Amino acid sequence: MGSHLVPTDDLWVRVRTDAWAPAHEVLRDQLQMEYFCFLSAIDWKPSPFGKGEDDPTEPPVERDMTIRAGVAGGDTRFQVFSRVYSVLRHVGITVKADVDDESLSIATIANLYRGANWHERECHEMFGLNFEGHGDLRNLYLPGDFEGYPLRKDFPLLARIVKPWPGIVDVEPMPGEDPVDAEGAGPEGTGEAS
Amino acid sequence: MMSERQQLAYIAAKAADARVNVELEAEGMTLNIGPQHPATHGTLRIICRVDGEQIIWADPAPGYMHRGYEKLTEVRTYPQINTLVNRIDWLGSFANEVPFILAGEKLMGIEAPPRAQWIRTVMFELSRIANLSLFLGDMGVQLGAVTPVFLAFRDREYVLNQIEAATGQRFHPNYDRIGGLKEDLPKGWIDETKAAMVKLRHFCDQMEDLVMGNVIFQARTRGIGVIPRDVGLSYGVSGANIRASGVDWDLRRDQESPMAWKHADWKVWTHPDGDSFARYWVRLQEVRESTKIVEQLLSGLPAGSVMAKVPRIIKVPEGEAWVSTENPLGEMGYYVVSRGETGPYRVKIRSASFNNVSIASWLLKGTLIPDVITILASLYFILGDIDR
Repeated sequence: MGSHLVPTDDLWVRVRTDAWAPAHEVLRDQLQMEYFCFLSAIDWKPSPFGKGEDDPTEPPVERDMTIRAGVAGGDTRFQVFSRVYSVLRHVGITVKADVDDESLSIATIANLYRGANWHERECHEMFGLNFEGHGDLRNLYLPGDFEGYPLRKDFPLLARIVKPWPGIVDVEPMPGEDPVDAEGAGPEGTGEAS
Repeated sequence: MMSERQQLAYIAAKAADARVNVELEAEGMTLNIGPQHPATHGTLRIICRVDGEQIIWADPAPGYMHRGYEKLTEVRTYPQINTLVNRIDWLGSFANEVPFILAGEKLMGIEAPPRAQWIRTVMFELSRIANLSLFLGDMGVQLGAVTPVFLAFRDREYVLNQIEAATGQRFHPNYDRIGGLKEDLPKGWIDETKAAMVKLRHFCDQMEDLVMGNVIFQARTRGIGVIPRDVGLSYGVSGANIRASGVDWDLRRDQESPMAWKHADWKVWTHPDGDSFARYWVRLQEVRESTKIVEQLLSGLPAGSVMAKVPRIIKVPEGEAWVSTENPLGEMGYYVVSRGETGPYRVKIRSASFNNVSIASWLLKGTLIPDVITILASLYFILGDIDR
């Protein structure tokens, strides 16, 4: 459906949602990509909370909430992507597929790659996506009664909401020191160019 | 005549008896191992259904140490994430930083100077030695041999001392930077490290005699927990675990990388058996090869700067990159999605132990309870690497 190739480096292929499982079957059986690397998802709708660095005393910040897809394109909010690899020819491929906004559902590939079982369970609890035919989408990490899907962008990172980052500076200036100078003379950043 | 309360107590007692009877008469019983158990490394919980000594099914239940790194990366900057990813596999911390930093460099289109790449590779191999040497001793402990683990802790310290001397930290160096390294090596470090490598090779010989040559060890590991090649690949098992099943695949050799492995002369070892013994054997050889890589690279260390010219505030251009390396535990990679900001939009952390342990429910089926311990020990996982 769409692809993105970085020569001599990497290949992305985007397939139709209904071609997700057949594409993996082709990759496994005809291209000998037997090794299952990972499966995960991306929420392309930016977070309404930004990086949780807003000052709570200020009015809310307006954010650009438009969905912008990544490489190889995308039409929906959620996209699943997986990576398989051939240990014989040392080539790998990243496969992407859109997930329908209404049903949030896509076919399982756990029957093709056994390792996908746990990755789909993780994806299910973190993004709330359904993998048709998986049959055992129990929570892997979260407690059974957890509400919400933590890796969705609209799930707030509570640590940042409760106490904004980097925190309101409450360090008292040293006696006899100008508070403005004290702020400017903080430790040098680690990303200093040499 | 019983009071209402007595009646209820009577019924409750009967019901409890009935439950016990059902449990006794049913096929097998459920045995819970962990999350806190001396024989599990960290907090991995395994729920087994056993019939006598035999496992009918086993279901690993991770998640007791989940720290939500993938969510945290979305609110942090690239240099800050470096400290986070250090804590994924805490025994080989430096190796976790490298693929992430390489992914950042790939997106920014910069490359660290040769000296930085060589030192990176040396530190990478040192963390592999520190990580795997503990495994070599720990595997003995799982079988009741306590001596090897003391030797492992003693000899691992030689490597950790060197890591500390160069980076300032024993476990979480945070030494890698986008564009190079935090600082150059201290004076006299190269000779000390070479001396430590000799000690580590002696340690490997010791382990070969003490653990691998032990008759009990062989009886408990040979033919136990066999992973066939295709099943292992289908589960995404990587690293020494899959090389022990005869797959000749090592990302250090088989993938184009700016790191300096290609400048050293070393070998990838495989074993055809796929059992617990083979996994131990392969890791032992890997430590030996790593000591050779370290010595060779330190002998030919190029001169020059260890930091490329990078902007003071790191902003990574828009794009997506996947970089993985051959970490002590297996393939470790990061899928970084960047939106041109100081922090990534999304990072998928592909850790080796997650896939390596997902095979456990398949592997443990039909084995005996004492073998569960050796099989899990030989798969060699770090809890932080499963839960992230």
